[in-house]
This record gives sequence, C-alpha cells and structure tokens, in this order.
Amino acid sequence: MSVVDRPITAPVHSEVESYPEHHFLNHSSGFLSWALTLDHKRIGLMYLVGVMSSFALGGMFALMIRIHLWNFKDGWLSNQTYNQVFTLHGAIMVFLFIIPSVPAALGNFLLPVMLGTKDVAFPRLNLSSFYLWVTGLILFLTALSVTGLDTGWTFYTPYSIETQQGGAVLAATFGVFVLGFSSIFTGLNFIVTINTMRPPGMTWFRMPLFLWAIYATSIIQVLATPVLGITVLLLSAERLLGIGIFDPKLNGDPVTFQHFFWFYSHPAVYIMILPAMGIISELMSVHCHKGIFGYRMIAYSSIAIALFGFLVWGHHMFTSGMADVTTIVFSALTFTVSIPSAIKVFNWLGTMYQGTVSLNTPMLYALAFIFLFTIGGLTGLPLGALSTDMHFHDTYFVVAHFHYVMMGGTLVAFLGGVFHWWPKMTGRMFNDKLGIVSAIIVFVGFNLTFLPQFVLGSRGMPRRYATYLPEFQPLHQLSTIGSITLGSGLLLALIVLLMSLVNGKKAPRNPWGGATLEWMCSSPPPHDNFSSAPTVGDPYDFSNIEYDGRVGGYVKRP
Amino acid sequence: MSFFLADQVAPYAWFPEGASSFAPQVDFLFTVILWICIVFFVPIVIAMGYFMWVYRERPGYRGSPEALHNTAIEITWTVVPTIVVVWVFWEGAMGYLDMARIPKGTVDVNVTAKKWQWAFKYENGGEHDVIPVENSSVKELPLLVLPVDRDIKMIMRSDDVLHSFYIPAFRAKRDVVPGRYNYMWFHTTKEGLYDLFCTEYCGDNHSQMNAKVKVVSQEEYKKALDKAIQEPEDPLARGQLLYKRQGCSTCHNAGAEGASGPGPSYNGSWGKPVQLESGAEVAFDENYVRESILNPQAKARKGYGKASPMNSYAGKLKDDQIDALITFIKSLENANSATKK
Repeated sequence: MSVVDRPITAPVHSEVESYPEHHFLNHSSGFLSWALTLDHKRIGLMYLVGVMSSFALGGMFALMIRIHLWNFKDGWLSNQTYNQVFTLHGAIMVFLFIIPSVPAALGNFLLPVMLGTKDVAFPRLNLSSFYLWVTGLILFLTALSVTGLDTGWTFYTPYSIETQQGGAVLAATFGVFVLGFSSIFTGLNFIVTINTMRPPGMTWFRMPLFLWAIYATSIIQVLATPVLGITVLLLSAERLLGIGIFDPKLNGDPVTFQHFFWFYSHPAVYIMILPAMGIISELMSVHCHKGIFGYRMIAYSSIAIALFGFLVWGHHMFTSGMADVTTIVFSALTFTVSIPSAIKVFNWLGTMYQGTVSLNTPMLYALAFIFLFTIGGLTGLPLGALSTDMHFHDTYFVVAHFHYVMMGGTLVAFLGGVFHWWPKMTGRMFNDKLGIVSAIIVFVGFNLTFLPQFVLGSRGMPRRYATYLPEFQPLHQLSTIGSITLGSGLLLALIVLLMSLVNGKKAPRNPWGGATLEWMCSSPPPHDNFSSAPTVGDPYDFSNIEYDGRVGGYVKRP
Repeated sequence: MSFFLADQVAPYAWFPEGASSFAPQVDFLFTVILWICIVFFVPIVIAMGYFMWVYRERPGYRGSPEALHNTAIEITWTVVPTIVVVWVFWEGAMGYLDMARIPKGTVDVNVTAKKWQWAFKYENGGEHDVIPVENSSVKELPLLVLPVDRDIKMIMRSDDVLHSFYIPAFRAKRDVVPGRYNYMWFHTTKEGLYDLFCTEYCGDNHSQMNAKVKVVSQEEYKKALDKAIQEPEDPLARGQLLYKRQGCSTCHNAGAEGASGPGPSYNGSWGKPVQLESGAEVAFDENYVRESILNPQAKARKGYGKASPMNSYAGKLKDDQIDALITFIKSLENANSATKK
C-alpha cells in the first residue's frame, strides 16, 4: 500500500489517528449516566447488549429443541414442555431479537453519525422506546416462563383463547403490545431524523444505502405495528370479556385472527430483512473498496419491498380455505416481492466485479449472507406457487425456508454489521483471524442444520412436532449436529468480540476504508459526534481513500 | 457424511411416492422450480467465488474504485426473473384451481378433528377402524380406508381448535377450521398405506395426531364399509372397541393401552370414591361414568377439570354404546393403575 506523502487532511483535526482521550464511553460515568442517557450511541449499545442477550436465550431454546429431536420418540422433554420451548424460541427470536436487532441497536448508533448530526430528532423518545422495550421484555419473558405459554409465537385462535394457561396469553400479548410501541417510537424517530436532519449536500440519492433501508423499515414499523396492537387488544378483549371476534363458539371466525396477525407479521418479515440488506450494501461496497453497483436500483428496491410487503400477508393462509380468487391474487402479489430481492443480490455481485475484495470477518459474513439469503429467497418460489405450497405448507420446508431468510439473512448480516462497526462502537479492533474462523463455522453449521430440513419437509415432516416417524430420524440427527456446530460458531464470534475489549488494539478512525460519515469521526466517536457539520460527498466514492500504514487504517487523500 | 445422506435420500429423492392425481402436477412444478433455482443459484455462487479469488486484496493489486452502472444488464436481470416467476405463478395457480374445484360424483368422507384424534365417518354411517403401528409413541392409529381410482371428497370440521389435514403422498392439505366446514378432494391412483398428519399446531399431543390412509380396490373398500358399521355383540369387546374408536384412548389409560394423560386412568377406578374439585366425593359407578361421558365438566375429578377439559359425547354415543363402555371400564376394576407410568 502506498504511503501518502502529502499532508493528511481529515475533516476534523490534524492528529487524526490518535485514540481520542475523550469519547462517548467515558464522557460521563456511573449507572445513572447510562440509565438516563439521551445519547443515541449509548442507547444503541444498551439495545445491542439487550438483543444479543435475547438472542443467546432464544438460541438456548433452539438447542433444546434440536437435542430433543435427536430421537423420533421419547426425547428428553415432554410434549407439553416441548411446545412451551418452541413457543419461547420463536417468540423471543422474533419479538425480542430479530425485530429490534438491526434498527434499534445498530440503527440507533449509526443513523445520526451517518447523517453527521449530534443525535436523533427526539432523544427523549428514543430513551423511552428503550425503556418500553425493557418493560415489554420483562412482561413477555415473565408471561412465557412463569405460566408456560404454549401457543406458538403466532397466538393462533381459538387455541390461544381456549388454552387453559391462565393469564399467559393476556400477559404475553400485553408484552407484545408494549414492544410494538417501542418499535413504533423508534421508527417514528428515524423517519423524522432522516427527513429533517440530513446535512447540507446529502440529497436523498446521496444517502448511504443503510439509511435507505432503515427509512423503509421505519415506514413499515410505523404503519404496520399498530395493527398488531389492535389485534392483541381484540384478543385480550375476547378472553376477558367474551366478545365474539375470533372464537367460533361466540360466532367469531378464527381465520380473521390470521388475517389481522399476518397483516402485521408479514410486513414484520421485511422489518427484519430490509435493514439486513442495508448492512450488506454497506459491507459489500466498503470491503470491495468500490462504489455500489446500481445505487438507485437498490434504494428503489428497498422502498418497493416495503410497499409490496404490505400486500402479501395472505400467503401464510393458502390452506386455510380462503376464496380461490383471493388465494390466487395473494400468490401473484407474493411473487412481486421476489424481483426487488433478486435485483439486490445481482447488484451486490456487480459491486465485487473489478473491486478490491478484502476477505476479512465482516466481508465473510456478508458473503455468507448472499449465499444463504439466495437459498432462502429461491426456496420461497415453491412456497409462493400455490399447487406446490399445498404440499409444503406447515412442513419443515417452511421452517428451513424462513430460517434461511431470517437467520441466514438477518442474523448473519447483523453479525457482519456488528463486526464491521465494532471498532467504531468500542474503539477496539477484534482478532480478525478468529473472526474469520467464526464466520466459517457459522456458515458450515448453518447449512448443516437447515439443508436437511428442506428434505424433511418435502417428504412430509410437519412442523412443531415433538415426536415423528422413525424414517425421518437420520436427517433430524444431521440437523442437530449442525445446530451444535452453529452454536459453537456463534459462541466463538461472541468470544472474539469480548476478547477485543480486553486486549484489542486501539481502532483507527477508519479501519476498513469506508466513505460514509461515521468513518470521519474518531473511534469511538466523541459525545456529540461532530464538532461541526461535516462536508458531505458521495457516500460510495472510494477513489481517494487509501491505506496508511502509519495509522493502521485508511485516510482520505485530498 | 455422504453415505449417510445417500442412504436416506436415494430411495425416494425429494418426495414420498405419489398416490393421487395431484402428485404428477406438483412434482413436475417442483422439479422445474428446482432447476430454475439451480440455474440461478449456481452461477451466483460461481461468480461470487470467482470474484472473491480474482479481485482479492493483495500486494500490488488495486481494483477500480468506480461505481459501475449498466442499464442493459440491470433491465435484463429484472425482466428475466419476472418472466420466470410469472410462469411459476401461472402453473401453480392452475394446479391449485384443479385442487380447489371439487368434481361431481365423489365418494364422501366426513372428517372430524379434535384434540388429538382424527375421526372418519363413511357414507353408510360406519366409523373408522384402527390399525396397530410399530416404532411410534402411540400403539395404534385411526385407519381411513379409501377406494382406488375414485374422486374422494373430505367434508371436514373441527370440534375445538384449528387442525390441518395433510396426506404427503397425495400432495394435499387443508386446514380444518372450527365453526365451518372446509372441503378438499383428491383422486386416488395407487393402492397402498399412507401417512396422514395434523399440520396445524393444536396443543399437547399435536405430534401424535396422525392417522393411516389405506387405498384399496373397490371390492375391499365395500368389505371395509360393511365392517365399519358392525360392532361386536359382546358388551365388553364392544366397549373396548368404542374406547379406541371414539378416541377415549387418546387421553385415558386403560389396562396397558392408551395415552397416560391428560385424562385420568380407568385402571382400578371402578367402585372407588372420586375426589371432585369442590372437595366433595362421589362414587365411581354407572351413573358417574354416564354423566362424565355426556357432561364431563359436571363432576370433573380433582386436578382434571381445568387442564385440557374433555368434550361432551352427548349425541355421539347411543345408550347401548355407553353401556358397553361402562362394562369395559368395570372390567378394569382391579387393573393396576401403575401398569403404565
């Protein structure tokens, strides 16, 4: 790498790469300085700890499920316990991990820094959304663990009304209700921030693609989450007051609940995957040191996915006995979502072409994402097509499909994002070699866990079964072996991150060579991010960013 | 690891053997989709691997930092997948219409789903038989007998929560929704014994809510129908048959048979006092059994009233059938309640 012999001019000050003595982590100290902070970075970090702990908890339950399924009968859990465990796994992963993971944790930290502002538009609303999240989490976990809720994360009626687990359903749905408000507040905050606080020069089409993705996500959060709130309120009203909405015994219709529920929960799938796609757009361009291929198409496709995502909820109900026309229309709409997703994959590949590909930890996670997400997307085709879905619906094929999208997609992108922005967030570099090993173990373990499940599903293995036919046992065992591999890979990733806090090298301002604004402030950023509004250029202009051995990171050549 | 997979995958590849007229359409469409996936996925992975290698960061190499943009190629990779998915959608929708439009002149079967038992009633009013199964957490399953090469229509209702009727070999599935009838049909094409699963989560024993489907020749089907309306003369044998046929065995343990819960065991119950929720005690006699069948909640045993309450059998059992069940339960007077864990 060439050493620049001209003076280094970075936007803020001259001793660019010295580790800042004063930054947001040591700006103030004590418990209250965190508990009452209005700093989006600290709130983001608290969310990060929260969602990662939730993920660890949900992951434990996943391993319990997989170990139980080692034998086709007489596993170590009773039927009832198994049902509670898969409910806990699904509910924790969806409501406490995937939905808040990228927007609330990474989004909170990065959005204002990427915009070159001091904070989000409503810092107090931001803190309150975190407290709502914590409240929802406590309510939800208490309900789930104390009362043994066993409805699955979908709360399908009439089972959720009939089930004799006391107030479990009420408490859990109230938890979901509170979590929903946390989500709405975050979304609202981000929309206002992006609309009103972009710095001079940052037009819509000069915004980093991560922000486009967060923006699209926020729109879904604000528009769709209230429907979930209404649904769980109606469910509670039905249980408490016995009004007939969903319960056939009271002249209600259980399928109505499914319409309500999926009207939120399908767009929620895009709350999960859109920010992940945003992360991948950033990672691909930065680690290929090359402008993103087809910027506008990626930006438009985020919005297209957000809009189409509202119109496809019916595909969760193809076998429920909806009218034929409705079913066919939902099938057609479902396929419309596949096109913008495909475009993104092609664009990311186009970005690699003729670039300079740094094969480091975040990039390997990004490449794993492309591989896994492509499988997840393609296996959506036989589920979107009606006649094949009649066979695959509610089988392990669906389980494998959505794990490829949600876990292979969102989780892997989230990990890539955490590794990518870890030096910025903590000021420490992690051990890249061990990080790469973790990415490879996660990738192998993931495929070993979920590829066999496609075969299980197409042979007719139904989902949510505590016992199964003996002929399915070898594939289940393969999947269990994979899940343990996957678990150890994830554990290694966590160890690599935590080790960096102990003995990691101090991070330079710009360790990867990014061109977006967060790489222009120190690592970790100062309390108020930028002392003056930074100049905004093309977020994907890498032509004058070069490695400088003296600082161990990238610098901008004038 | 490869031998491990090969052994399992080779005999039946992706699908179980097809046994209805839907199977060829579904299998064809899936195979085409599979090839479409391969045609998209393999080049994507090859391109990714190639770019990873050729453009990897290394001393003395610096790639272009310029963002690329190529309208022609972007239009191509938008339009080609669009055409492909339109075809997949069309083919799937046409196949679905075939599944949704029920022809005339079908053989009808009434299906009742309840936690956690399938019940089938034939056109002559006869009820399903049971078949012993090995290597399973249950000893026997309901057996649905169907004639080969006929259009069969299922008229399905649920007594409690959502269930879903799924026969993988027929590539057919339909939810069973309480409060309404849902219908499905298929045309059987091959004699054999097939699995039937509940695929909509319905609680504790969801994974045991299975059945077997036996597709037989017309003559055998007629014989099965005749047998279906017969009940043995002997009240004890009749009670034992009803215990299985009516689904008592899915919750109540009798002798060494039946599930160990959630209902109380019949073993050694007869004649003993029963503790009720209210604290009262009643005798376990003919009247108690009869009332517990017709109105299970009236005198629910302590600890059994709230969790997984039993449904009423009023209108489903004739008086002499209840008598037969009483005879059966009476016969277990001295059975050891610890026969089963």
